[in-house]
Amino acid sequence: MPRFHVDRLRTGDGAEDEYQVIETGGLPPWGADAALSVVGRPLPRVEGPEKVTGRARYAYDVRLPGQLYARVLRSPLPHARIRALSTSRAEALSGVCAAISSVDAPAIEWYDGSALFDRTVRFAGDEVAAVAAESEEIAGDALELIEVEYEPLRFVLTLEDALRPGAPKVRETGNVAGEPKVYRRGDAETALRRADVIIDEVYATQTALHNCLEPHGCTAAWDGDRLILWDSTQSVFDVREEVAAKLRLPEHRVRVIKQHMGGGFGSKQVAWKHTVIAALLARRAGRPVQLMLDREAENLAAGNRNATRQHVQLGATRDGTLTAITARVEQAAGAYMVGGEGSNTSAIFQTLYRCPNVHTEQVTVYTNTGPAVAFRAPGHVEGAFALESALDELAHALGMDPLELRRRNYAGEDQRRARPYTSPDSLRLCYERVADAFGWHQRRKASTAGPRRRGFGVAAHDWGGAGYPPGYAWVKLNADGTAEVVTGTQDIGTGTRTGLTQVAAEELGLPVERVVLHLGDTGTGVYAPVSSGSATQATIGPAVRAAAAEAKRHLLDAAATMLEAAPGDLRVGEGTISVVGAPARTISVADVTRRIAPHMIQGHGARGPNPSGKSVRTFGAQCVEVEVDVETGDVQVLRVVASHDCGRIVNPALVDSQVFGAVTQGVGFALMEERVLDTRSGIVLNANLEEYKVPTAADVPAIVHARLDHPDLEANPTGAKGIGEPPLVPTAPAIANAVFDAVGVRLRDAPLSRRRLLEALAAARGDRRTSSPDGRDSPSSSVRGMADRA
Amino acid sequence: MGSPSEAGRLTVALIVNGTEHPLLIEPRRTLLDALRDDLALTGTKKVCDMGDCGACTVLLDGRAVYSCLLLAVDCTGRRVTTIEGLGGEQLDPVQEAFIRVDAFQCGFCTPGQVMSLRALLDETAAPSDAEILRAVTGNLCRCGAYANILRAGRLAAEIQAATGRDHDAAISRR
Repeated sequence: MPRFHVDRLRTGDGAEDEYQVIETGGLPPWGADAALSVVGRPLPRVEGPEKVTGRARYAYDVRLPGQLYARVLRSPLPHARIRALSTSRAEALSGVCAAISSVDAPAIEWYDGSALFDRTVRFAGDEVAAVAAESEEIAGDALELIEVEYEPLRFVLTLEDALRPGAPKVRETGNVAGEPKVYRRGDAETALRRADVIIDEVYATQTALHNCLEPHGCTAAWDGDRLILWDSTQSVFDVREEVAAKLRLPEHRVRVIKQHMGGGFGSKQVAWKHTVIAALLARRAGRPVQLMLDREAENLAAGNRNATRQHVQLGATRDGTLTAITARVEQAAGAYMVGGEGSNTSAIFQTLYRCPNVHTEQVTVYTNTGPAVAFRAPGHVEGAFALESALDELAHALGMDPLELRRRNYAGEDQRRARPYTSPDSLRLCYERVADAFGWHQRRKASTAGPRRRGFGVAAHDWGGAGYPPGYAWVKLNADGTAEVVTGTQDIGTGTRTGLTQVAAEELGLPVERVVLHLGDTGTGVYAPVSSGSATQATIGPAVRAAAAEAKRHLLDAAATMLEAAPGDLRVGEGTISVVGAPARTISVADVTRRIAPHMIQGHGARGPNPSGKSVRTFGAQCVEVEVDVETGDVQVLRVVASHDCGRIVNPALVDSQVFGAVTQGVGFALMEERVLDTRSGIVLNANLEEYKVPTAADVPAIVHARLDHPDLEANPTGAKGIGEPPLVPTAPAIANAVFDAVGVRLRDAPLSRRRLLEALAAARGDRRTSSPDGRDSPSSSVRGMADRA
Repeated sequence: MGSPSEAGRLTVALIVNGTEHPLLIEPRRTLLDALRDDLALTGTKKVCDMGDCGACTVLLDGRAVYSCLLLAVDCTGRRVTTIEGLGGEQLDPVQEAFIRVDAFQCGFCTPGQVMSLRALLDETAAPSDAEILRAVTGNLCRCGAYANILRAGRLAAEIQAATGRDHDAAISRR
């Protein structure tokens, strides 16, 4: 049984006491050279047949008798007060069954101090009202009949404008969200003054849109006073808790189900308004309601990667030793702080390189735009673009190989927490693997004809992905010797079902076909945290292994009686239990379970704590080759080689897919993806998949995953860490560095659009006709920022 | 409030996966919504609803089309094949190939990708890589499974050639 222990950490004076719960499965890790038969194999996804046949049911695919379809009316203005609002004409329309707005919605607080339907709208796309009707078409007609009188208010769209004195206030409290985050180690300012070489530049990253193919949304159905929600979410338990609190329902009256999800990438890790709106409409109509966002709403109001502006200074000695790092970061929250995983852009400056003097400051800024939310490695993608570009600039200034410069400043421990890493050699191994597989040290630019230039770039990263407690699993053995694993986690498309099934089958000694894993249902599952932070395999995997180990113990106890042997002398594999040293004495698992049926063998498992006094992190590096057309500004990424530390690789095929997918998103972030706002009206001009460009099959380079498979034996008993987010982090800066290598001009704004590249090339030639469309000259690096974007 | 009037609706006979379905629908209803909402064939996905992403790809008389850009009333008497119409006792070679080479993650674009490649292989038994990529460039995959989708296209052609599976089915789709 897992040990369960509660300590009082602190006695609250007047407030609640604080407790710490320690649970452990008490298992030793699978050794680095353990002979594993299921873990480590490239098995196909267990849900594959459902997905390729269209049988996999997503939130969008729920079809219930009498189901209605809901749509949301959204503000057309970036900032306004609602003077008057009426849904009565909409409600009178034939086929409309319910409506809701600030006129008649219950008083439910949302975000930081606003309401579910607020009388002030703070971005173009903010929720104003909603209707449920017999069809989506009728719901759309009804929206046009809702009468709203807006009083337009002054608005701000960009970081720069929001921070100007006298800027219109997005929130009553002003435009700075919370306190600035300040980090200091040593004395960076003094070290900079004494440095031999200084890099001092401003980098900017764009607002990127997740564009999960399945939009956000849910289907809500009431059964008496019980609410069932099929929600497209990364966290069924968080949605349950939030919805129960907002609707004042006991948690056991709310059941949240999510079996399959068409992408989340971070944006589905919080409970959004539409889930509660669907539940309220369903209660009013007395019928189930499906509320899925359309593509435009998805791009306006369901989150984005925050734009950043980052002033970075690096100081180094002439031999390439970093002596100072400073970063002043401004990042855009949009109109609301929606919660979830925070975007900590300055974090990577504090950890990736050994440096005694580091100073970072980070300000999060409100703007009258859609709210930002975690997007695959939030903050790190943005921070790495700046830091890894700056490192490349430093290498160039020193005349040093950029990979050698990174090696020279290797951080062997977690400097932020002043702790050793559990895998201090991982990044070094990644450097070696990626350099070998790419041929970095042998690289020679191919001579290309005409306007095309080749270039090479490298970038590195770190990230979390350690997993953390709590998280639980149960294992039960059926009478026929098959096993069922019960969890409450989610498979958000990453392969969680498969990876966890492999862990269970390995520990139980059963063929993988005889194990099924349940997840994504608060009504039947046991608590698991949100699927985010690349944490799921490392959080739930150890709990599954612990549960399976307990079930195996009971199984071997039963078999010992049947085989007349000591339990300690028994081994189980491939569904057969045998006595060590006596291969003829065997019994199948199915025989044991059948003989004791209907008594059932069960196991319970919990995620134990992470090692104390050490830091569990993931690392990686990528090398890219690009070809740039100096006449058209076109950048083709020819190949990417990626090496990443995710501890033990549970399923190499699935890890490859994570790497391919992340690199593909990185190419999009580097070269094409950017939300564009109309500065006069404050509306998003490309809230669709026609004008917001995501990579297609024609845009992807050759991607090689140079696998590391380096079990982290101190991290947790499975040795596995996360891989979902990390391979996205270094792709964009590696591409930017390769573009510089190819054409000798540095683009410090992402994405590296053709316009930016052509302007920079012209400026480098001294061509004065390169002023940007708003009349400003192409900005120099010191003022380069949000001002020149659309 | 109340039930929508039946006035203005039209009777449509959709032939989907070989079965004729009489439907009473508004003329503005897309083929995609008719499949998903009226016939509960939810394997065909709705993503952009404006012809940008390919998730709603079905076969119309054997050709790959975006079902969000077609009105259901215009499809009367034509043969519609959806993802639910592929395979049978055995998976379609394209479906089998997608599983074997891990050509999907979240799976939401997968039915559309599979239908685009099905249409390609019905026309071109041994496609080149360029032909495979061209067949799916209109199918966005946000998880970025493109490298394995290309491999799946190659493998599906091999499976089809080796087994002869799906020849009769291809004829019935046209």
